[in-house]
Amino acid sequence: MATVQDIEIHDSAARTAAAAEELQDVQGERMVLNMGPSHPATHGVLRIVLELDGEVITKADPDVGYLHRGDEKIAENMTYTQFIPYTDRLDYLAPLASNVAYALAVEKLLGIHEKLPPRCQYIRVMCCELARISAHLLGLGAFGMDAGAITIFLLTFTEREKIYNLAEAASGARLTTSYTRIGGLMRDIPPNWCAQVKQFCDEFEVALAEVETLLTRNRIWVDRLRDVGVVSKEMAIDYGLSGPNLRGSGVDWDLRKHQPYLCYQDMEFDIPIGSVGDSYDRYMVRQEEMRQSVRILRQCLQKIPGGWGNEAKEPVNIADGKITLPSKQKVLSSMEELIHQFMLVTEGVNCPPGEIYFGHENPKGELGFYINSKGGGTPYRLKIRSPSFVNLSILSEVLPGCMVSDVPVVLGSLDFVMGECDR
Amino acid sequence: MTALESANQIKARFGDLVSEPAEFRSEITLKIADAEKIFDICSFAKGIGFDYLVDITSIDNYGEDPRWTVLYHLRAIGNGTEFRIKIDVSEEKSEIPSVLPIWRTANWHEREIYDMMGIRFRGHPDLRRILMWEGYPHHPLRKDFPLAGKPTELPGVAFTRVTPMEGGPFVTLPSSGDSIEREPRVRVPEQAEPGISDKRLK
Amino acid sequence: MQSQTEYGYNSKIEGDVVLTTVDAALAWFRANSVWPMPMGLACCAIELMAVGASRFDISRFGSEVMRFSPRQSDCMIVAGTVTYKMAGSLKRIYDQMAEPKWVIAMGACASTGGMYRSYATLQGVDNIVPVDVYVSGCPPRPEAVLDALMKIQEKIKKEPVLQDLVAFKQLAGK
Repeated sequence: MATVQDIEIHDSAARTAAAAEELQDVQGERMVLNMGPSHPATHGVLRIVLELDGEVITKADPDVGYLHRGDEKIAENMTYTQFIPYTDRLDYLAPLASNVAYALAVEKLLGIHEKLPPRCQYIRVMCCELARISAHLLGLGAFGMDAGAITIFLLTFTEREKIYNLAEAASGARLTTSYTRIGGLMRDIPPNWCAQVKQFCDEFEVALAEVETLLTRNRIWVDRLRDVGVVSKEMAIDYGLSGPNLRGSGVDWDLRKHQPYLCYQDMEFDIPIGSVGDSYDRYMVRQEEMRQSVRILRQCLQKIPGGWGNEAKEPVNIADGKITLPSKQKVLSSMEELIHQFMLVTEGVNCPPGEIYFGHENPKGELGFYINSKGGGTPYRLKIRSPSFVNLSILSEVLPGCMVSDVPVVLGSLDFVMGECDR
Repeated sequence: MTALESANQIKARFGDLVSEPAEFRSEITLKIADAEKIFDICSFAKGIGFDYLVDITSIDNYGEDPRWTVLYHLRAIGNGTEFRIKIDVSEEKSEIPSVLPIWRTANWHEREIYDMMGIRFRGHPDLRRILMWEGYPHHPLRKDFPLAGKPTELPGVAFTRVTPMEGGPFVTLPSSGDSIEREPRVRVPEQAEPGISDKRLK
Repeated sequence: MQSQTEYGYNSKIEGDVVLTTVDAALAWFRANSVWPMPMGLACCAIELMAVGASRFDISRFGSEVMRFSPRQSDCMIVAGTVTYKMAGSLKRIYDQMAEPKWVIAMGACASTGGMYRSYATLQGVDNIVPVDVYVSGCPPRPEAVLDALMKIQEKIKKEPVLQDLVAFKQLAGK
């Protein structure tokens, strides 16, 4: 066979080219690896189709939608209040933050998002910051576990259990809280809640210091995270990243500071910004954000209107019968309140026709709600601008060039959650 | 530069193509008359500093013509101004130019709109379904597609069945008319197939 | 084998003492080392992780090894909403698990579709895999998941493993 080929190809240059091409075919053989929907390191049901050249990734194609439950279509068939439990399950690591985001969006549509009672605003800020700590802790725990540091998982989950206790005391449920309502909260915080939050802050700073000693200067951790998954500033803005991913790449943008809502203007806190845009920067940004969240919590505890026990009986719901459910005694005895109760429960909060977009600084990034209303108690179109959906789109750009063992590191540092991504 | 100034700048540049900036709850919305010009307008917007595309949304105006409305929410990261651009697309056409060359984040947003609504984006390099699977025959977010879904069968890939709605989701209508019209009841669009909900009230 | 060999007692009079004792021992081994295959899909997965963490320790039930390998696990805990897109992968993973296997449908979404009555959600994972224990809750408290695990352990302890095997072999031998 070889001799026949030798006779046929006379031109030595052509022969060399043919030989090189043959070698190329053998050397450049790519393997397609399916990092399937059920995988320990994908933080939920994410499927990535990787094309590998040995250990190096040449192409990465993320496949999402394995948790697409049809939230936006469900929202068109529910009243605004009936949709609140669905927002819990969007970012299920920080349900309190998603609740606050949705309530603020509907309140913006109503035009009352700046007229909420001050006590309600402070409690909502405390809930958001607790949710932020909880989400970052779980992100860190799962990230550490995927990269091999399994102790971190148990340490962070112990702290999260304390946050679960707080959430349960306030709303009744550990995880899916559904704590906010349009115009306020489900109920006021119990009397000793603030004392428990203070105790949590004190204990948490000690635990965070412990996690720091385990990870931040750990030689293996730094080696695995440094210069892995670098996202430049321009790329971050072009791809629409938000939250710690955007700040880790060096962009100074935090909705709490640049488009403040609730009582964030009265709070003093810093925004950590990364310099290189690699996984280590994103990890450090999240660490520091947790510290800043504790700082905000302490300020809220100091300044909360009504004090810790609310002896002055400050309201937590806006005093408008067309928005907040009236108290049960009034409903059962007075006609006007009965009508309000009936209308609110059957038809929902009557929102004016119009459209708004409200972006909220969730732990994962910017959770935005676009609500298009034609009047009435149900939205005509509710679009959820999910931070994880947008953050994941950068995978096809960032993964090629990395090795296979860098994939859990990149995924962990991007810190997305599939419930939010797929809605 | 505030959002209103930027919007006026766009209006000055493109003239009659752009409507007067509308304001609601301190948000500016611009309506564009010709959907084909969206690429030029978005390039100009990026040129004056709107480097961050927050979101692309699609709305199904069922029963009206043009049927689709697509919204682009833009933001300038430098000073934090935002505004919205709105275009209408008719159902026969169902196609608009893609803004992917301007902001790369538009890639997944446009794929999702194609998946959920069925609007195609000319110039998109990889327009395939993203939330449902390749080969799913319907566009779920359209108003004439029932919430319960339709049965499909794609052997080897996936299947869907109709969800038992037990009387259907009870939806209210905007507050006009009397209480009987407004009352929460099952509302199905005229073209939906019979048998989707268990009990259909007229 | 046609007739029982003598073990020093007459099994026809006193019953299959050896087989039942070995059965009891086997069932005890199996029940106390149920290795779960966590099919963690949505929010229930977070509560499943909390069950595995130090407050509601699942390893005291022998289930510490939460490996994602179906070949090495006994019990698949479906934690979260199963969509039609995910159903194929789930069924394939269930098929890859070695016998004996059990399934816990954790939470409302896995049991019946939960509050997601929509075009994309499978209304209960029992449409594709046989379920042994359903746990209600959205998400169920970790104590409820441990209760489900205990119910699975009860179910395992009642299984007549060796007796069935012997009976089957006798039947096949005939």
